[in-house]
Amino acid sequence: MGPTGKFAVLVEVRPREGIADPEGATIERALPALGLDGVTAMRAGKAFRFDITATDDADALARATAVADRVLANPVIEESTVTVVGMAGDPTDPVI
Amino acid sequence: MAARIGVVMFPGTNCEHDAVRAVEGLGATADLVWHGDTSVDRFDAVILPGGFAHGDYLRPGAIARFSPVMEAVGRFAAAGGPVVGICNGFQVLTEAGLLPGALQKNRGLRFLCTTVDVEVATPGSVLTTGVRPGTVLRIPINHFEGNFTCDADTLARLRDEDRVVLRYVDNPNGSMDDIAGICSEGRNVVGLMPHPERASDPLLGSVDGLVLLRALVGAAEILSVGAPAPGAPDAAGAAGSVADVA
Repeated sequence: MGPTGKFAVLVEVRPREGIADPEGATIERALPALGLDGVTAMRAGKAFRFDITATDDADALARATAVADRVLANPVIEESTVTVVGMAGDPTDPVI
Repeated sequence: MAARIGVVMFPGTNCEHDAVRAVEGLGATADLVWHGDTSVDRFDAVILPGGFAHGDYLRPGAIARFSPVMEAVGRFAAAGGPVVGICNGFQVLTEAGLLPGALQKNRGLRFLCTTVDVEVATPGSVLTTGVRPGTVLRIPINHFEGNFTCDADTLARLRDEDRVVLRYVDNPNGSMDDIAGICSEGRNVVGLMPHPERASDPLLGSVDGLVLLRALVGAAEILSVGAPAPGAPDAAGAAGSVADVA
């Protein structure tokens, strides 16, 4: 293994397409009561932010994807998107 | 010999004493098993009771499946030992891959705490052995994530292989095909959302849960006659016959 660094990762988990999302549907239905019109296709999910030690971006993505697929999301009902945001602690990281 | 039943307790489990009391009332002996334990070999059956294992953090059952006891439960189940997951226990079994599908949030996003009618769909599981299909049981439910979901292929398999154990008479939570409980291919692992231990005494308003628990205790008693227990290392030769009984 080559030199390693800590990479900042964002994992977003949401219900699979075709799986009912009662939480998203409830939020969407509530919005017009506040005069917040025009919102459709609301899907509720979770976001996970963590740092992971890896050799490079691709290695970080592979390791974080394993975490997402095996633990953070239940593939029966959920899908996930994994993004390597940058190096951990980077002050220009927009997500921090 | 009295059946020996292990009732697994995770941090956050809260139905363990109800389960112990219910099966003891049917003549079994029951012991609590801490989630850090690495063996359930001394038992003839294992119950994963209801509650909020590990606070239901991430998803119900998502962390519990990493508890050391689950590896032991997996071995026990693979050897044909009866394993029943009630409510949160059902969620743990699906997360652990011992049962297919998943339990998602109830349709309508309501926590349900009520008593429902469920119909026995098959006599071919450790929880319904000898119970006539079509028998309607009145049993409490108490859950937020009880909406059984799986892909179309899995649902077709569950139906074709007669692995739907219980169906709701009036579907309360949006579960596919009104499913309230299913079993494994070996028919010895059963998960169900209703709480049979809460319908185990006239004081509780129903004794219908005893119909199911009696079948489980019966399956465990059969195993208790022939030592060793199904999960024991030297039980490998007996595993086949155990699975056939289950």
